[in-house]
Amino acid sequence: MESRKKPLSDEDFIKSLEGVYHIQGRDFVDAGIVSSEVKKSLQGKGIPESIIRRVAVITFEAEINIISYAQQGTIQLFIEPDAVIIEANDIGPGIADIDLALQEGYSTADDSIRELGFGAGMGLNNIKKFSDVFELTSDVGQGTHLKSIVKLSG
Amino acid sequence: MNLETLAEALGLKCKCCWEKLKTTEVKGGYAGDLLSDVMANSNAGDIWVTRQVHQNIVAVASLKGHAGIVIVQGASPDKDTLDRAGREGIPIMVTDMSKFEVVGKIYQLLSEA
Repeated sequence: MESRKKPLSDEDFIKSLEGVYHIQGRDFVDAGIVSSEVKKSLQGKGIPESIIRRVAVITFEAEINIISYAQQGTIQLFIEPDAVIIEANDIGPGIADIDLALQEGYSTADDSIRELGFGAGMGLNNIKKFSDVFELTSDVGQGTHLKSIVKLSG
Repeated sequence: MNLETLAEALGLKCKCCWEKLKTTEVKGGYAGDLLSDVMANSNAGDIWVTRQVHQNIVAVASLKGHAGIVIVQGASPDKDTLDRAGREGIPIMVTDMSKFEVVGKIYQLLSEA
């Protein structure tokens, strides 16, 4: 685990990078497509179905957050020998109070988002719940950065 | 219980993927209109009962491996929803019954199975 503290070398970064997916803000029509791609790319690699389901939930919620709130963003998927890592970065308003955003039920979603069944203030909690390691940082006015690790042994 | 037996017992109308009903096993069920709730708490093989009709429900059902979706209260799925369901092979059924009524009947059927 000591090696995780060091940044990955370029070679290791490329080796474990499984996919990079672009997401456009407010594009609810395509919502779920990235999660579906991520799920497909994990299948057939000997990764347990229970792990794939957790990654699918995490990716879906991250995707919906970017669509709902950001101008655009990316989701990167890494497969390492001991874990699947999902990183979501967006260009958007950011989150002023992360502790508040992590309170279940807290949401800044408008009615157009709520009508679709999103914006219940559960998304970030779901990501945290299904992750073994969860990191959320934000620069207000610039964007939000999410890193979620799902250990293969978990 | 397979989906065809369940759909016939409840008089559900199939709007998509009828060819999959016979071979799809229903292991349980979940009801909800909040997609994050359904993502977090439903299980693979569940029949999902909802009032939502837009195409994001297909994404959720596909990601979770649901047996199918039942849309209640006479609501009609959007055309985009049916197109996407066809592409992803997710059965969609509709009924005029309320969510409460459908869930009660499904629960009873699965308990007796």
